Amino acid sequence: MNQVSEKVDVCVVGAGHAGCEAALACARLGFETVIFTVSVDSIALMPCNPNIGGTSKGHLVRELDALGGEMGKNIDKTFIQSKMLNRSKGPAVHSLRAQADKAEYTRSMRKVLENQEHLTIRQAEVCEILWEEEDACQGKADISIKKGKKRIKGLKTYTGTIYECQCVILCTGTYLRARCLCGESITYTGPNGLQAANHLTDSLERLGIEMRRFKTGTPARMDGRSIDYSRMEEQLGDTPIIPFSFSTDPETVQKEQVSCWLTYTNQETHEIIRNNLDRSPIYAGIIEGTGPRYCPSIEDKVVKFADKERHQVFIEPEGIHTNEMYVGGMSSSLPEDVQIAMYRTVPGLEHCKIVRNAYAIEYDSINARQLYPSLEFKEIKGLYSAGQLNGSSGYEEAACQGLVAGINAALSIQGKEPLILDRSESYIGVLIDDLVTKENREPYRMMTSRAEYRLLLRQDNADLRLGKKGYQVGLVTRQDYEKLLKKEKLIQEEIVRLKATMVGAGRDIQSFLEAHGSSPLKTAASLAELLCRPELSYEMVADIDPGRKALPEAIWVQAEIEIRYEGYITRQKKQVEQYKKLEKKRIPEDMDYDAVPSLRLEARQKLKLFRPVSIGQASRISGVSPADISVMLVYLEHAVRNSNQSAISP
Amino acid sequence: MLGKDTIAAIATGLSDSGIGIIRISGEQAVKIGNSIFRTVSGTAILKKAESHKMYHGYVVNKNGNAVDEVMAVVMRSPRSFTGEDTVEIQCHGGVLVMKKILNLALEAGARMAEPGEFTKRAFLNGRMDLSRAEAVIDVIHAQNEYALASSVNQLKGVLSDKICSLRKSILYEIAFIESALDDPEHISIEGYGEQLYGEINQWIDTLIGLLSASDSGRILKEGINTVIVGKPNAGKSSLLNLLVGEERAIVTEIAGTTRDVIQEMVSFSGMTFHIIDTAGIRSTQDIIEKIGVELAKKYAMGADLVLYVVDTSVALDDSDREIISIIRNKNVICLMNKSDLDPVVREEDILSLFGDHAARNHKLSMIRTSTREGIGMEEFQKKVQDMFYKGKVKSNSEVVIANMRHQEAMREALESLELVQKSIKNGMAEDFYSIDLMNAYKALGRILGEEVDDDLVEEIFSKFCMGK
Repeated sequence: MNQVSEKVDVCVVGAGHAGCEAALACARLGFETVIFTVSVDSIALMPCNPNIGGTSKGHLVRELDALGGEMGKNIDKTFIQSKMLNRSKGPAVHSLRAQADKAEYTRSMRKVLENQEHLTIRQAEVCEILWEEEDACQGKADISIKKGKKRIKGLKTYTGTIYECQCVILCTGTYLRARCLCGESITYTGPNGLQAANHLTDSLERLGIEMRRFKTGTPARMDGRSIDYSRMEEQLGDTPIIPFSFSTDPETVQKEQVSCWLTYTNQETHEIIRNNLDRSPIYAGIIEGTGPRYCPSIEDKVVKFADKERHQVFIEPEGIHTNEMYVGGMSSSLPEDVQIAMYRTVPGLEHCKIVRNAYAIEYDSINARQLYPSLEFKEIKGLYSAGQLNGSSGYEEAACQGLVAGINAALSIQGKEPLILDRSESYIGVLIDDLVTKENREPYRMMTSRAEYRLLLRQDNADLRLGKKGYQVGLVTRQDYEKLLKKEKLIQEEIVRLKATMVGAGRDIQSFLEAHGSSPLKTAASLAELLCRPELSYEMVADIDPGRKALPEAIWVQAEIEIRYEGYITRQKKQVEQYKKLEKKRIPEDMDYDAVPSLRLEARQKLKLFRPVSIGQASRISGVSPADISVMLVYLEHAVRNSNQSAISP
Repeated sequence: MLGKDTIAAIATGLSDSGIGIIRISGEQAVKIGNSIFRTVSGTAILKKAESHKMYHGYVVNKNGNAVDEVMAVVMRSPRSFTGEDTVEIQCHGGVLVMKKILNLALEAGARMAEPGEFTKRAFLNGRMDLSRAEAVIDVIHAQNEYALASSVNQLKGVLSDKICSLRKSILYEIAFIESALDDPEHISIEGYGEQLYGEINQWIDTLIGLLSASDSGRILKEGINTVIVGKPNAGKSSLLNLLVGEERAIVTEIAGTTRDVIQEMVSFSGMTFHIIDTAGIRSTQDIIEKIGVELAKKYAMGADLVLYVVDTSVALDDSDREIISIIRNKNVICLMNKSDLDPVVREEDILSLFGDHAARNHKLSMIRTSTREGIGMEEFQKKVQDMFYKGKVKSNSEVVIANMRHQEAMREALESLELVQKSIKNGMAEDFYSIDLMNAYKALGRILGEEVDDDLVEEIFSKFCMGK
């Protein structure tokens, strides 16, 4: 048999949101990259909700954009409604969400991939990962690989082609041994009836990777013509529209938007669900995978919030050129007949016609504790993993991991240190740290509450936080970076100016204050001091600030936030300092936990299992107590002191 | 290597007493105990001994001769104080006997324990939280009997319990705010600020209670922070010398001799004073002396007790008024000195300068003294006792925090909680509350050792004589 064989730098398995970012990053950094998908038509598919962003997920997209990812740019090209959520709350929780035209989103991303230099799209099912033991590659002395560790050689497709490469990035989403459940009916496919990938799991297990089974679900899609919108509340988009990408000119995205609609379930809905719980594959025990607690099915909500009289239901368009409407908030795996009955109890959906049933999907994922924070497998050099395979849920979570895995694969080929973002600089850091450090027993969804330092990790300053890293990696152009530096400078200058500009307690000022319900000044004050008053804003203060230069909103908003919340920001920065101290204490890769005498058994087992890279990471592993951490600190300190004076025996 | 070797020490005091205990702890403890202990019938039994059971027998030397008749108990890991295998030998309490037995244990392979090392091991083995471990250290270091009693109290975990429940409440509120952020559809935050404000009031009360108890605690442990103030040449240094019992300060007839501050630890009738003698407070052109005066003011502000020495043979003037304005709200004992000379100043004169409330709050008392003649010192002692010890602390079963670190953490928590209240008042969005709530939570966690704090780890381990 003649085998076709090719030699490239990086292979990306899967072309969903993680795969696209990973492949683009590698190719843009100059490495020959092949991206594999079971169907070229499903590149960057959105098989569930028709939106990008949302609470905390909007932050992820902004961060991804600042690092040089594609998702933000792509949604700016294809959105049909946009909204900044949580405007009534603090700036830390403002979050951008855009409704996507799903078909356009997919098409647009495919075009980006197709036109990317160094990137090849290949429709094929990858069924085997090729590797070798470190012992086998003698002569190639690589001290970064310890004995017994494996190294990636390439991969093999179902049709027999071998691709030799240095790195493989697994972005298999929900496709591995996928099966979809709709009540009693089970089909062995990936999302949307697409072909599942049934062969790769075996190969991964042979590699020694620990697999597990997760599940997620999606609601039904309705024929828009069958919906009575007069019984629902209209949800409009924002004007003006704020784009996702820092590189998108806001002028270019001001367009006509479509509406979403809000309605509610009621007692009748809940009654039908309760009466049919035994026919739900989850409650009947047919599904073995664990589902996401924070993206619950309507069955879960009815059971969990038994005392709630109603739950929100959002009706969202799937695109401009389709009548299909997404029924947000009512994902389900109940049988078809129950679904129809249940949906038809909802005001406005009385006569609804289902286009696609709601279903639950079960798939293989890995236990992400096997990964370094770089998303490389600890035991397999050159193998990376990103997205739902790592046990996350959501397009944005997947894309961010894809980008980080792609960047790190490239950096490793370049022989450079990996890019590791920490919890104090990004939601991406929080996401990855949580995935590789915590025992996640269900699909992991990003949430505001997961970020400890969120006042610093705002969506509005993602470029200021991460732009430099994106530039250093090579995904942000010199031109964009210089623009960023200029922005930084202008913000600082405006802050300084506002702090230095004094206003006296004259009549003009007092009547200005009075007009805005603010108490009069006793002595002169700086504009910055006035900005700290909750009832005043930067825009209002313009009246008493004749020296103000016209600045872009992106500039003065930063200055306003920095001044307004200075006290909080300072305190949060202090918390970060404390956090960083433990983060900086590295644990050697070959740490022998059995040699640390006073560790408790549970802690010892957990530490051996997770092999954390720093004391900070160790402290976040469940089952490792502060006392264990103290023990580790003392032990490492001893080791340092002993090595400093090795002549003196203890 | 840490914890691997076996340590031994005399666990009871090194003085003749009824019973003495030699404690051996570590991997080899049972083996070592076994080699020096024989039952009455002469068998080495400790190796097979049941845990936590007393065995009667003898400690024997290398030649097999009995050194003392003793009771021995094996406590197997982890059910011992240190969490390691431990052998305790209860012998007759003579110093000589105890030393002999300890020596036998050392000869058999144990190492002499460093001060606090048993506690260190207990802490490292997760047998006690930090606040308890520190209490043990405090027991070792307690400077007087009252402080000892309060350390014992802390050891029982009274402080731990209070702080624990406070932290739990704070965490509950943090969790509530966060879950409302994540799931606004199902968790309503309407009117939450007001409710939280009230809740925080209660927490603040608890903390203030703990802190004021801790002031007494600090006083017990470190002594009463006492500052001597008064006009130049009123007799401040003479008072100090009288208390110290030696010529410590330079006493001259020239006003303004004491330019720096002089510090002294003084102990009488079970009380410890940490006394600072200051330069006479008065307006001065002399730069060096000026610094001394500034310092005096600063110390006076932070003092537990101010001893205000007044020369009653000279009329009160602006300097006195200035002094009084600084110390008006402190605990003051006014020593109306030079009572051996003709008095010009009366009690009422001073009282009127202080204002009535000082006397009514029992914060001011006055006595006539002559430091030169040593008159009035007994009354002085009694006043101090009334002010600081009467019924207040001695019988206190409440938590007494005899530890600066705990106080600091509590103050930090208190400040953070006040900041949350400020945020609520200013109408900040709920997500701002969590920053300061989390700070309060973490600060309190440091008391329990439930927050990893590497400065603290450094500090604690230096206390435990680590890393030498």
